[in-house]
This record gives sequence, structure tokens and C-alpha cells, in this order.
Amino acid sequence: MTGEIQTIQDSRDQSSRYDLRGFPWWLIAIIGFLIFMFFLILTNPDYRRAFEFIRGEFGGIAGFRDSGMAGFIGTGISITIFTTIVAFAIALVIGLLAGLGRVSTNIIIRNIAITYIEFIRGVPTLVLIFTVALVIVPAVAGALGLSNQAISSNVRGITALAIIYGAFLAEVFRAGIESVPSGQMEAARSLGLNGGQAMRHVILPQAIRNVLPALGNDFIAMLKDSSLMSVLAVREITQMARLYSGSTFRFRETYLVLTFLYLAMTIALSLLLRWYEKRIR
Amino acid sequence: METNMTPHVLGDDIIVIEDLYKDFGSVVAVNGFSLTVRRGEVIVIVGPSGSGKSTVLRCINHLEMPTSGSVYIDGVRLEDKQTDINLVRAEVGMVFQQFNLFGHLTVLDNITLAQRLIRKRDKKEAERIAMEQLERVGIPEKAHAYPRQLSGGQQQRVAIARSLAMNPKIMLFDEPTSALDPEMIKEVLDVMLDLARGGMTMVVVTHEMGFARSAADRVVFMDQGNIIEMESPKVLFNDPKHERTKMFLSKIISH
Repeated sequence: MTGEIQTIQDSRDQSSRYDLRGFPWWLIAIIGFLIFMFFLILTNPDYRRAFEFIRGEFGGIAGFRDSGMAGFIGTGISITIFTTIVAFAIALVIGLLAGLGRVSTNIIIRNIAITYIEFIRGVPTLVLIFTVALVIVPAVAGALGLSNQAISSNVRGITALAIIYGAFLAEVFRAGIESVPSGQMEAARSLGLNGGQAMRHVILPQAIRNVLPALGNDFIAMLKDSSLMSVLAVREITQMARLYSGSTFRFRETYLVLTFLYLAMTIALSLLLRWYEKRIR
Repeated sequence: METNMTPHVLGDDIIVIEDLYKDFGSVVAVNGFSLTVRRGEVIVIVGPSGSGKSTVLRCINHLEMPTSGSVYIDGVRLEDKQTDINLVRAEVGMVFQQFNLFGHLTVLDNITLAQRLIRKRDKKEAERIAMEQLERVGIPEKAHAYPRQLSGGQQQRVAIARSLAMNPKIMLFDEPTSALDPEMIKEVLDVMLDLARGGMTMVVVTHEMGFARSAADRVVFMDQGNIIEMESPKVLFNDPKHERTKMFLSKIISH
């Protein structure tokens, strides 16, 4: 958004200055940091050890020897990426349903959706992670007759993230649905489509296209918030970093490497998103 | 069927509007409007903005729910609980001022969507009918274009084709040329004239008096949510009875 404002101001300047002022210096700075860190990790054994620990194991065949999902998908980066993708996929489903509920004409459905959304939005993410993982999941497990211990912290963390982001995504979907002009619904209904058909075939395809950039931003936000699962001892990169710094006291190396890892992932994703936004315009 | 049929829905009366009343909170849009349209008739509704023309039109297929009163389409009372409004709407085509083509679909898919969902036609059949209708409105070469790639006039013709592909009994037009650049108005009116000559029952809200003159069987002049005067175009345009009609026409024609 700030980039857009910048461009508008720049266009008033002389064209010879435009290129320099519009140039993404910030990106150079960040990429410079990333390259510097990359170089450090390659050449400095202290950084390299921190990196190798935090990065973790990628699971695979060796992982099968351990029991449970953590063994299968490994630790560190693979957990961070895996939990984010799974939790986001579930959050998309929850968010779509809650977003549809939010715009429903049925008062009961609408109020259930609003209650869920406002409840989640009113509580800090960290607190929700504890509440979902340590209160709601055991309660549901108990109700289903499952053993609480059988549910891994990965599953608890994914559940918590999915429930939290479901509420955020519900608002994104609602905004998307409301961004489609009312004439689209009227035209669909006037052809004889019922409300559900019109929503599915006419409104939602356009709504989802409109909110893809916003969904991308929330995916990046979730990738960052997956670090909060470290409080559940999920062995994603933040937890790995805590374990490493706790035993070696190499805080500088540990947290610079951790920062490097998150920044590399989020910058890559956000550049991808910018490229996509430009393309659809 | 009951033998004691309501008298006003007999025979060839395809649309019967009875004492229609519609308010939006404190604003009364339609105030006791009644009109009977016979099969094959072309009715043009004119009047100043805010006179309730569009609201009447939108009540005919219940895009707006009337506050009170009745609308019968081919003998079916829309306000009855057991009436499936979606079945009725499939028989009543509607063309909007803003075209309202589905932006994510090609022209062809715009025209086949409802055919396939509602008329249960297979893809091939629906596409054949779509192409027929595109021929009729004169732009078959745009079948695979997206709406945003078309001019306003072309978009509106696609919208007409989309409605016609459902084989409607009635076509409603809500100011179909008001959003068009002047040079595109004729191409849309030509399609509508053609349709009128072909015997389609039409109710048209428009400011195009030329169209009213050449196509309308009756012209309805509305003001403040009611009919002020209803005559053949010849009588209404040349010899209006009411002061308000005269004033309105003089403003329109002086333009």
C-alpha cells in the first residue's frame, strides 16, 4: 500500500528521477541482510551449527523409525511449513463456512458465525493457543471418548491455528462476497438460480478472486504465527531455536538464524504475491 | 384446478398486477399500482426518476418483495407460499441497466449457466442454443470473449441473449440503454424491436420515446408510485390528458 502512495508521488517528479526514487531500495536492504546471513552460515561454524539444529530433520524414511507424525514429517522447517499449510487449509474451510454464515439471512446462522468471529478476535492469539490446545481439544477428545494423551502437540497446534485463522479468514471471505456488486446476485436470481446456486456459481468465484491477495497475506501471517506453537513444545523452528539457545547460550547466532529463516520465507512469499497481484490487474 | 378461477387471471392475461404497494421504510415507491398485460403485448413504462417504474418492474419477478398487493404470472400468484419463485423467474427474462454479465465467465458460459442448471440441458445443447441467441443479437464472434472485453452495447446484447436462451414467456427491461454511450443505443434497441415484432411479451422501462412510439402497444406514464395515464403511444404522445404527463413529455422532447 505504501508502495502505491510512493508511486503516485513519484509520478509528479521528473522522469529522470523517477527510476531512482521508485526503485525498491528496501528490497535491496533486506536481500542484503539475507545474503549476509547466508554467507555467515556458510563460513562461520557457530552459525552453521545453529542453522543445522534449527533447520531440523526432514523426516522421510529415517523418520518412520520414530513413532507419530513428528517422526514422519521431521522437525524444524518441515514442521513449520507442514503445520502452516495444513492449518491454513483447514482455516480456509472454516473461514468460508463462517463467512457464508456471516452474510446469511438466517438470524441463527448469522449470529452463530458472528459469535465465533468476535470471540476469536477479542482474545490474543497466544492465549487462544493455550485455550484451544489445553482446554478445548481435551474437552472435545473427552466427549469423543479419545485419550487426551494420544493427541500430539502438533495436532493441538494445528487445531488452534486453524480455529484462530478461520475467524480472520471468515472476515476476508465476507468482505469478498460483499465486494461483488449486488447486480450479479440479481441477474443470477432473475435467471431462476436459487440463492445457493447463485452463491456457488456466480458470487463465490468472483469473491474468491477478489480476496486472493488478502488470503496470501493471511497465509504469511499464519506462517509467522506458527512460531507461537513453540509454547506447546511443537518442534517447529522457533522451538528448535529455543532448545538450541537454551543448551548452548549462543543467543546471537540462534536468533539471527531464526530471523533469517522467517524473513527468507516471508519475503519470498510476499514477492510472489506482489507479482501475482500485478498480473491479475 | 378450481372452477372458481379468479376472474382477472383468465385467458391471455399473462401478467396481472393488483393493487401493488411497496415502501422502503418511510419512502413509498409504489402506491396502489394495477396493470394487466396480455400475451404478446409490449408495455413501455415512462415517468420521472423516482416515480417507481423500476420498482414495479422488479416486483414483477419479486426481485423486490411487494409490501402488499398481488402479482400473477400466467395465472400463478407469486405471493402464495407454495409458489416456487425460481420456477417463475426462469420464465421471466430480465435485462438490467448495468448489464450484470457474470464477469468471471465467457460470453458463452454466461449464456449456458442457467440453461444447464435450471433447464437441465447438456453442455452441447446449451451451447447450441447460446450460439443461436448470439446470432440473433448479432455477435456470435464474441462467444469466447469475457464481458470486460466488450463494449456496453455488446454486453447488453449478450445479456438479452442470456435471458432469451431460457425461452422466457416474458421479458422485462429495466432502462436497458441508460448506461450506454449514444452510438450504442441503437444496436440494443434494434434487438428489442425485433423481439417485440416477434411477439414477445415485454415490459420496458425506458426513456427512449422513439422505441415507445414504434414498439409499444400501450405506454404507461407513472408518477409518485402510480399510473397517471395509460394509452397507446399515438394518443399519449400526441394528446396527453393530464397536466403532469404534458409537463414530463415537454421536458423529454425539449432535450
